[in-house]
Amino acid sequence: MALSLGSSSSLSLASPFSALPGQAAKPPSISSSAAGKIFLNTKSIEKKHLRQFQKATKVLSYYGLTSPPYKLDALEPYISRRTLELHWGSIHRGYVDSLNKQLAKSTLYGCTMEELIKTTFNNGNPLPEYNNAAEIWNHDFFWESMQPNGGKLPWGGLLQQIEKDFGSFSNFRDEFVQTAITFFGSGWVWLVLKTNEKKLSIVKTSNAVCPLVWGDIPIINLDMWEHSYYLDYKDDISKYVNNFMDHLISWHSATGRIVRAEAFVNLGEPKIPVA
Amino acid sequence: MGVNDPTVLRLIYKMPPASPNPPHSLLSLSLFLALEQSAMALRALFSKKTLTCASSFAPVSACLDRCLGSRVRQDRALTLAALPDLAYDYGALEPVISGEIMRLHHQKHHQSYVTNYNNALEQLDAAIAKGDAPAVVRLQSAIKFNGGGHINHTIFWQNLKPVNEGGGESPHSSLGWAIDEDFGSFEALVQKINAEGAALQGSGWVWLALDKTSKKLSVETTANQDPLVTKGATLIPLLGIDVWEHAYYLQYQNVRPDYLKNIWKVIDWKYASQVYETATA
Repeated sequence: MALSLGSSSSLSLASPFSALPGQAAKPPSISSSAAGKIFLNTKSIEKKHLRQFQKATKVLSYYGLTSPPYKLDALEPYISRRTLELHWGSIHRGYVDSLNKQLAKSTLYGCTMEELIKTTFNNGNPLPEYNNAAEIWNHDFFWESMQPNGGKLPWGGLLQQIEKDFGSFSNFRDEFVQTAITFFGSGWVWLVLKTNEKKLSIVKTSNAVCPLVWGDIPIINLDMWEHSYYLDYKDDISKYVNNFMDHLISWHSATGRIVRAEAFVNLGEPKIPVA
Repeated sequence: MGVNDPTVLRLIYKMPPASPNPPHSLLSLSLFLALEQSAMALRALFSKKTLTCASSFAPVSACLDRCLGSRVRQDRALTLAALPDLAYDYGALEPVISGEIMRLHHQKHHQSYVTNYNNALEQLDAAIAKGDAPAVVRLQSAIKFNGGGHINHTIFWQNLKPVNEGGGESPHSSLGWAIDEDFGSFEALVQKINAEGAALQGSGWVWLALDKTSKKLSVETTANQDPLVTKGATLIPLLGIDVWEHAYYLQYQNVRPDYLKNIWKVIDWKYASQVYETATA
């Protein structure tokens, strides 16, 4: 994602110091507080190599929790600080911790969260890590799909594309709100760019499913799990969705995402002036 | 399923008795018609039903349809669902489940399932009358979701009982022995239900189910508002625990295991035993 370089990236900890042929070294263990900073004490590592015999190199993946790009009370009064404290601090963090625990015992690792999601989705037969990985990605995407003083209208190319694919912005808005209000169960509502049909579309997914697994490019998402609105809105889903559309949705992020998406999807012929 | 209780939804599509000898002569036709109409009127008098538009206002076309062997049903009354009352106050389950949760859960969530189910039923009725097959099929998901929500929550309210009225007392006699036999011990059952409830991803229900035919107990989970029968046609729900977030979020936040641990204090095992004994009689 263009706007969040380096987020949720894995660190592969294969030791580069295989001193003797035929012998692999155990990589230095890294505590969670030191994630992101690898301390290399060359002398002690080489000593360890000499002492250890035939220990396989262990490659680990580790994912970190990224923070929303705003303070936790920045979305008041539409989403309260308490909700974000729980939603991000407890639930989102919980997914990260669970995933790291699972990965400690599994042979999976991906270079990016997106690759991990596609791998663990396993073409519709998801592996246990899928739920955690996808929910981490979905929530990261969600925090960035919102901003303080958001809402209002998109502009430029994104607005043109919306008008092209939905008829008008208000058609798009109505369809999005309607999809969210008639949601059965837990899941997410997405504005995606469909790579095959080359158009924007509104999609709903249940539980942790993410449109990335179908090769589509998400532009905006909205968390329809009850924990994301229950404290603030109780069962009044309509108010939650309307507030999201009017005051929270970040068209800045959406624009950045669709600009990046255009590198992968041909959205139309370029306007080449005729000589 | 164990829904013999009168407060539970009864949906009956009342169909006219299939006439083995369709009347051919005009005289017997009009007599038949008159009988049908009076039967309709009597039924309407003695029960609270809404009559579909297609019924008593089109006697002539009904008569013709019968002559021509048409499959359009004209006489049908639609029984709509109603929100059942709780047998206890909203605050009676404190501190296990807060009064605010109970009130919202009953008055908002369950009520919306009932309302949407009734809407879907009326639309279904109209679609059936018109023979609009795509509409009939399209309505199935709304009926499954909202109808399931109504069924499940009706059972859920009966599964709960305030502590001072017997909530939380462990099961005895036949159900107690059956639990010991099928799970080892009551504690093992509680552990199993708590584990499956906590592991359920998203929204759903965790059930203690009785298989009607094999008389065996089992722990099942269903997603969203799917009723227990979606897991097996012979399964009867003895106990259902709602693990949708709306059932506990205001009080327990995302710590679903705490909610599950505590809810046993207000479970009404007498109701579960009743259902069990009726089913195994």
